Amino acid sequence: MAKIGDRIKRTEDRRFLTGAGRYVDDLQLARCTHAYFLRSPHAHARIKSIDVAAAKAAPGVVEIFTGKDVADSKVGSLICGWVVKDKHGQPHKAPAHPAIALDTVRYVGDTVAMVIAETYAQAKDAAEQIAVDYEVLPASIDPVKTLDAGASQVHADVPGNLCYDWELGEKAKVDAAFATAAHVTKLDLVNNRLIPNAMEPRAAAAEYDRGTGNYTLYTTSQNPHVARLVLSAFVLGIPEHKLRVVAPDVGGGFGSKIFIYADETLVVWAAGKIQRAIKWTAERGESFMTDAHGRDHVTHAELAMDKDGKFLAFKVDTIANLGAYLSTFATAVPTYLYATLLAGQYTTPLIYCNVRAAFTNTAPVDAYRGAGRPEATYLVESIVSKAASEMKIDAAELRRRNFIAPDAFPYQTPVALTYDSGNYAPILDQAMQLADYAGAAGRKATAKASGKLRGVGICSYIEACGIAPSAVVGSLGAGVGLWESAELRFNPTGNLQILTGSHSHGQSHETTFAQIVSDKLGIPMDQIEVVHGDTSQVPFGMGTYGSRSLPVGGSAIMKAADKIIAKGKTIAAHLMEASEADIVFEDGTFKVAGTDKAVPLGQAVFAAYVPHNYPSDKLEPGMDENAFYDPSNFTYPSGTQICEVEIDPDTGVVDIVNFVAVDDFGNIVNPMIVEGQVHGGIAQGVGQALLENAVYDKESGQLLSGSYMDYCMPRADNLPSFKLGYQVTPCPHNPLGVKGCGEAGAIAAPAAVMNAVRDALAQVGAQDRIEMPATPRAVWEAIHAQ
Amino acid sequence: MTMSVSMSVNGKTVSGNVEARTLLVQFLRENLGLTGTHVGCDTSQCGACVVHVDGISVKSCTLLAVQADGAKVTTIEGLAKSAEQLHPMQEAFRENHGLQCGFCTPGMVMSAIDLVKRHNYEVTEEIVRHGLEGNICRCTGYHNIVKAIVAGASAMKAAGV
Repeated sequence: MAKIGDRIKRTEDRRFLTGAGRYVDDLQLARCTHAYFLRSPHAHARIKSIDVAAAKAAPGVVEIFTGKDVADSKVGSLICGWVVKDKHGQPHKAPAHPAIALDTVRYVGDTVAMVIAETYAQAKDAAEQIAVDYEVLPASIDPVKTLDAGASQVHADVPGNLCYDWELGEKAKVDAAFATAAHVTKLDLVNNRLIPNAMEPRAAAAEYDRGTGNYTLYTTSQNPHVARLVLSAFVLGIPEHKLRVVAPDVGGGFGSKIFIYADETLVVWAAGKIQRAIKWTAERGESFMTDAHGRDHVTHAELAMDKDGKFLAFKVDTIANLGAYLSTFATAVPTYLYATLLAGQYTTPLIYCNVRAAFTNTAPVDAYRGAGRPEATYLVESIVSKAASEMKIDAAELRRRNFIAPDAFPYQTPVALTYDSGNYAPILDQAMQLADYAGAAGRKATAKASGKLRGVGICSYIEACGIAPSAVVGSLGAGVGLWESAELRFNPTGNLQILTGSHSHGQSHETTFAQIVSDKLGIPMDQIEVVHGDTSQVPFGMGTYGSRSLPVGGSAIMKAADKIIAKGKTIAAHLMEASEADIVFEDGTFKVAGTDKAVPLGQAVFAAYVPHNYPSDKLEPGMDENAFYDPSNFTYPSGTQICEVEIDPDTGVVDIVNFVAVDDFGNIVNPMIVEGQVHGGIAQGVGQALLENAVYDKESGQLLSGSYMDYCMPRADNLPSFKLGYQVTPCPHNPLGVKGCGEAGAIAAPAAVMNAVRDALAQVGAQDRIEMPATPRAVWEAIHAQ
Repeated sequence: MTMSVSMSVNGKTVSGNVEARTLLVQFLRENLGLTGTHVGCDTSQCGACVVHVDGISVKSCTLLAVQADGAKVTTIEGLAKSAEQLHPMQEAFRENHGLQCGFCTPGMVMSAIDLVKRHNYEVTEEIVRHGLEGNICRCTGYHNIVKAIVAGASAMKAAGV
């Protein structure tokens, strides 16, 4: 039997290692056509006319749809599912987002026409013959300048390109605290724009069954039930029970596959129109242009301290770029997933945050691994390290002085969240030990003697995961509940299916979920199948994001398992002619306490399906239980990362010489899998800090970083091996005591790396001249700027 | 223009008629249904499509199907001896948790095998990290992939493959 805490090898590996995974593009649908989307080459233009006649006559073309066809068909606007109210109580501006642009294109990549042909090559060839007459308009690209008076308007119905002007906290009290401060540290910071780049490009394949009127959409989704809900209730009007959404094997998501895009919307809609199957798979260039991007904040922040470095107050002014249209959860990311995290691990009593969210003629921006929390962490941990440097207090010591004490939990922050648990100092201690923090000064001196600049950076992060208590998010504007569902369905022969509303696209649920049930019910792993990603099999689901699968989805599974045990007890009591109160369940067996009488779970299951001798007066037959779990709070993973870098001042190359991460994820089910999640997250965080940058031309709005030759993905030789450690404070409010581990690496790493880079550059006075990504050129220029 | 092409794939002789512009990866995936070889980019950067052509690792998106006419091609589907017995490098990836979403994995494994052979089964972490420049993974941070390949190299040597 697998136990919680074991390093169980993954169930899913065999199929992926032998080429037997089934991703959307691998599916072969009968008589399948292929779609190609003609996309706008302009950041902002009026479509004066579209002529598709020649393209329609091209070889193999089945149909071509334009914005007018979509509008005539009453396809609804793509939606944003979270209403943020501005500082005056008004809902955010929500301009229409047609699946195909009707008369105006608003970013490079905006959809202009859908070409369907017998082969993909034919569709792509035909698209070249579509004549679009554009009147090119001025574009607003920069998130700060777009808010200036006189900037080109992205949407006629959004004055000043301002989606909302939002605030959290009491400004007057914060200002008053600043007036009493012994020292104020000020920081201007850009959180660079990123492109998620899951290795599997987005894809959609759909078919329509003329006989039943049922649609099936196979798509690269992190949340197929949410996709079904949005497409049914808001966009296409297909009744929910007539639309099946399947997310089979999905090759990474990192947030970008949460959202409901124009592409899959059009594929399922058009499959009904042409009454044939359609498949579309993004080329990587399309992924760069049209996947929702991440981050893209411009911030000014100030931290007030007393003479000992105690944080008195923190104020933050952020402009967040939302792109040309609102993606599905775009509005929540720079508000409720960002400002609520600005307390970090610290007792800062007063915090005020103002966020202005701006439209620009760029791709939509939404949640990307961490979503708001990396932006908050990068800000808090950058300003804390800067403050330490200014106050001449060791960066670790300043953090320690301000940590929330372990006996202060539950801890109410000034930014709405109540931290449930944590113990930050031992994490910092362990990280410092693993990083040999005490020896850093010596290594710095040694490096300097050989002409190199060494630096060490700390990041002590907090995140809010296990998203999320439905009533809380509902009060903040979420359009959905964020519970999770599970069903445990035994078969008469004793094996078990776990049906979960979580979706695995790399997270290893098929292993982890089987492991927790194997531990709980005493069933061997190979007798358990985890089913996910199909709305026709799994009852309901809210999907996977926000490190929620184990804390929320796993909790639903545990609740269902409790119901199985409860039912099994009644059956076992009947079979053993004992009182139910005397039955205990251990190691997969119901026993009468104090006797040697025993009924294995499998026997109780069999009795439930073949109820010849059965407590029919008390129970229905069958052993199939479902549960919905709605968390009572977020979970609060925390940790400290320490990065050490060595910079060659002649080339500007930043070499990561040591990277340590110590995390508190609560209880750990499978350490091997958790470590893998941390490694991957750190790599993405290092990528943001040193390599990755989504760059648009400021005038034309062309995406300059639109391929792997221009957008620098982390490769194996950009990264070191990582040293990991754990501390455990169990989550007090979910049955597994788990907190979630999927995002921590990406949340914390940018600040750890950049604090190290700044520490190194401080030796030449260049610490304030560097932003992410700290590329060799940027570092060299910072060093050599006069 | 349609052209006929014939090659050995995973030990079987296959042939087909393809447009001249058909890439080897398209021939493998669409004509032969060997969908284990993936397409992750359009600029020959990501390495998800790596296969072996006459024993050498090749990005199958950089080669026209007709260029592989007469060649001996091995894909990820052709590596394991049987459903029970994985190739030592596949086993090393499993043992070391060298994969998460699985999308880059076939290309990683195919590249790794060639990398190990090119270095006569003696690889260090540094050799592996540099040798993997042409394969992008977004999930693992490479930490466990590197471990897997170092372990897989020893296992390949021991198994004589």
